[in-house]
Amino acid sequence: MTPSRAVEAFARRHRYHPFEALPWLAAVAAYFVFPDYLALGAQILATILFALSADLVLGYAGIVTLGHAAFFGTGAYTAGILAAHGWGEPITGLIAGAGAAALSGFLSGLVVLRTTGLALLMQTLVVATLVAEAANKASFITGGDDGLQGMEVWPICGWFHFDLFGHTSYAYCLAVLFLCWLAARRIVHSPFGRSLTGIRENVRRMHAIGAPVARRRLTIYTISAALAGVSGALIAQTTQFVSLSFLSLERSGTVLIMLIIGGVGRLYGPFIGVPLYMVAQNRFSEIDPVYWYFWIGLLMVLVVIFARGGVLGLFDRFRR
Amino acid sequence: MVLYLISVGLSVTMGLMGFVNLAHGVFAMAGGYVVTSLMSRWGVPFVPALLGAAVAVSLGSVPIERLLYRRLYGGEELDQVLLTMGLVFMSVAGATYVWGPLQQPLQPPPWLSGAIDLGVRSFPAYRSFLILCGAALVTALWLGIERTRFGARVRASVDNLRMAQSIGIDTSRLFMTTFALGSGLAGLGGGLGADLLAINPGYALQNLAYFLIVVAVGGLGSIRGPFVAALLLGIADSGFKYLLPEFGAFFIYTLTMAILLWRPHGLFGRA
Repeated sequence: MTPSRAVEAFARRHRYHPFEALPWLAAVAAYFVFPDYLALGAQILATILFALSADLVLGYAGIVTLGHAAFFGTGAYTAGILAAHGWGEPITGLIAGAGAAALSGFLSGLVVLRTTGLALLMQTLVVATLVAEAANKASFITGGDDGLQGMEVWPICGWFHFDLFGHTSYAYCLAVLFLCWLAARRIVHSPFGRSLTGIRENVRRMHAIGAPVARRRLTIYTISAALAGVSGALIAQTTQFVSLSFLSLERSGTVLIMLIIGGVGRLYGPFIGVPLYMVAQNRFSEIDPVYWYFWIGLLMVLVVIFARGGVLGLFDRFRR
Repeated sequence: MVLYLISVGLSVTMGLMGFVNLAHGVFAMAGGYVVTSLMSRWGVPFVPALLGAAVAVSLGSVPIERLLYRRLYGGEELDQVLLTMGLVFMSVAGATYVWGPLQQPLQPPPWLSGAIDLGVRSFPAYRSFLILCGAALVTALWLGIERTRFGARVRASVDNLRMAQSIGIDTSRLFMTTFALGSGLAGLGGGLGADLLAINPGYALQNLAYFLIVVAVGGLGSIRGPFVAALLLGIADSGFKYLLPEFGAFFIYTLTMAILLWRPHGLFGRA
């Protein structure tokens, strides 16, 4: 490859590929094809954003976290508490959620990111548990075990009311997800994103070429926390309810699972893994309300055995 | 101490075999269920039931290891996480199916339900028994790993798998045995502690964080590590819950964070 062709190949990676429109077309189509499932659809879209934020740290920066629910919950509670205390404007609510989550991501990242490997995993888990414990103790603000009630979300731009069937929620979530996805895509393809991949692949070499590894990791951790906060705030606003489960270890675990099912470090993994998992969960729990956990577990084991690298990894293998 | 009994098994599988085994609680839960069922349905005494649980769980873990775990040795950690979480989910549903959603009670035998009077003061017999078991296990395991040929082989395979294979160690069988040992320990711990850590279908999920914390603080692959960590965290936890009941739970997590910042590989971990 001559240098100019190499440059060309690099430049091409950043351009929009026609395939990238697919998930969006599917999402718009789903609005018309499944009008009865729009509430679930909105949840799926918001969770895709959560998984996308986890993908930024896990897939690109290689920070394995079991505590991402901390930021998700922080965003949800921030938006929720604002709405319950008389400020129900949704978009500023999202921004406030993102800001609060980013702040907590930055502060915890200062401490947590000093470690790597299992210790890092445990640190993130511990942070999430601490946040959950704090929310539990501060029940006078958060409602504790009963969850936060009495949220009143105003219409978007004073115009679009949140209706019972989820038309507005769906469109709202889709729009927010699209904007955040554009941002994430921009980050991943920027020199900053490239250096994150470098850190994931070989920390020592990145140190050697003088990249500020610690600062880069902290930056992406904060950005990812902000996106997770937006996602939490979205779910809080569309369901008008926040509970302690938003902060639970289970929530951090399932988002990882959905991400791995889809494929890690690909930007599109969440678009496959999250709908697959959530639709499967929805179907199984309808068919078999008591034992649906079993079938989800089986699905996960099968993915590991037959589709290493997630569903998108499977596509890669067929292409070769 | 119960935490130690279960976590040491996890330390064995995670540390010695380098496998992120989030499904460890499943084996502990299985042990607990075996013990309670043996005792309440067939009237087997406590100690034989415990041994039965340990043996049954370690035998039961062998096919799981052969069929599932073995494919992922040395593979991606994320795949291991996915696989073992899948097992956890399946176990939750499976346990509900077989034993129902209620918690299984354990009646300790009469000789353990009282208190032992040592002259100075008396101690609850069941808890003392747990502590004795823990101490005995720690010694046995330490001797086993550090002083026997089997232990030497395990350590050799962990440090350098290919070298161990080339000098003729059957690492595949060795790992199977180690895994069975780790799961058996979990089963024993789950059974022993059934009175303190209640056996119910959500067991593996609820206690996962505790097991991981003990192993991480103690240090992977160490036998003494989880022992010291469980002891330290246990004492600190109950102490602070006694002194500052409002903030008891905060303290133990903050302590965990501090220890991990100070020694990222755990108290006794190898760098």
